[in-house]
Amino acid sequence: MTDASPPARKTWMATLAKAPPARLAALMPELPPHTVLRQPEIGAVMVRGRVGATGAAFNLGEMTVTRASVRLASGEVGHAWVQGRDRGHALRAAAVDALMQTEAAPDLAARIVAPLSAEATAARSDRAAKAAGTRVDFFTMVRGEDK
Amino acid sequence: MYVAVKGGERAIDNAHQWLAEERRGNPAVPELTIAQIREQMKLAVNRVMSEGSLYDPDLAALAIKQARGDLIEAVFLIRAYRTTLPRLAGSLPVETGAMAVDRRISATFKDLPGGQVLGPTFDYTHRLLDFALMAEGEPAVARAAADDAPPASRVPHVTGFLNRDGLIEAAAPDDISPPDLTREPMELPADRALRLQALARGDEGFVLGLAYSTQRGYGRTHAFVGELRIGKVAVEVEIPELGFAVEVGEVELTECETVNQFKGSRTEPPQFTRGYGLVFGQSERKAIAMSLVDRALRWRELGEDDTGAPAQDEEFVLMHCDNIQATGFLEHIKLPHYVDFQAELELVRRLRAEADPMQEAAE
Repeated sequence: MTDASPPARKTWMATLAKAPPARLAALMPELPPHTVLRQPEIGAVMVRGRVGATGAAFNLGEMTVTRASVRLASGEVGHAWVQGRDRGHALRAAAVDALMQTEAAPDLAARIVAPLSAEATAARSDRAAKAAGTRVDFFTMVRGEDK
Repeated sequence: MYVAVKGGERAIDNAHQWLAEERRGNPAVPELTIAQIREQMKLAVNRVMSEGSLYDPDLAALAIKQARGDLIEAVFLIRAYRTTLPRLAGSLPVETGAMAVDRRISATFKDLPGGQVLGPTFDYTHRLLDFALMAEGEPAVARAAADDAPPASRVPHVTGFLNRDGLIEAAAPDDISPPDLTREPMELPADRALRLQALARGDEGFVLGLAYSTQRGYGRTHAFVGELRIGKVAVEVEIPELGFAVEVGEVELTECETVNQFKGSRTEPPQFTRGYGLVFGQSERKAIAMSLVDRALRWRELGEDDTGAPAQDEEFVLMHCDNIQATGFLEHIKLPHYVDFQAELELVRRLRAEADPMQEAAE
């Protein structure tokens, strides 16, 4: 078992959590042999904000989340908490999380995590470019009394 | 009070059957899909998510379809569904400073660092019906900026600049677990965190009306929109089995920060104060209204006068802003009240009978 550093693991888990379920399914049609430690469970996470963006925490509202955990035949345990209510998404994400702790990690990173991450970055850049297209400079008009 | 009634099962079944047929409308017209509602009725979906207090665009779209476009009925469906979900965790507070902004404007500073970004806004449109939308045409394509600068990872808040000079009250971080009105009955007086939770899920029309009343002089707070921003933020959760926090998804939010006049008090120098609004989805009318009402409710904390305005009355605002509670109580009076009403009828008849001989005597 390779030791997955928390920063690296955080990154791939985030990518998997936010991936469109259909896209992950297309990249990973078959699950590796595994036992399910925690059946996919649909639930809610209470999303919190901060008063005035920086102050005390408050409860804004919930979002749907699905979590699951699997163990590979080789012993690695994978966890997933993914957005939405797709059980397959959670199982696949947990399986990838487990496989990313094995020797298969570089191959998996290249085939699954990297494309998902690149697509998310492209989508974000695309929106940012459209937003930049609406960047505006307001001019204050000089009024008569300023003379 | 209404009492249980028996009977009418067949009529009820038939009514629901007819409801389903009416929901579908003319079968010669193609049926709406959930994806169509999610993508093309996005602001309705946003409203249902924010007042339903559950971020899930597909479920909100389904609720809108099932409710035949009645958004409060759709909110009701979402609220009912969310009670069936186990609460898996509370998130870390979202970082709106790290938002991927689609829109970000300030009414107080024209040259704010990071710039003013209009985003996909109705502002500056002429509000003329666009008959081209009735005809099938080519979809419009947004014009992107020519420069390929990478998106900024942090967009600083306007209030942060004012704060640097001490001109505005600070909002110091505090990570104690906030009160949750979905877990404990709301108790008054409510702290600001609880008020913001109630307002965030409150009815847009009610919160808008209250905010408007403050602008017209009922609890005047003289607000400027210091900043309004819309975009996506990541939601992070501490995963117990891992021992560290992981992003579990992202949500679109609208955030409004108002800058308000404040004359100062015995302990505070004259400085600006703040109102805050945060809402799921692109929902700026609600976010601005929320921040005005939040500020109006802070009169006691800031040592201001209670002018008796509705927007200053915490109990009035918090106990009436929830459209599902309001609808439930309002609409229950249409359900059978036969026993209640029978008693009232008896009473009126008796009073009339008692009044009759007295009238005769008077004549």
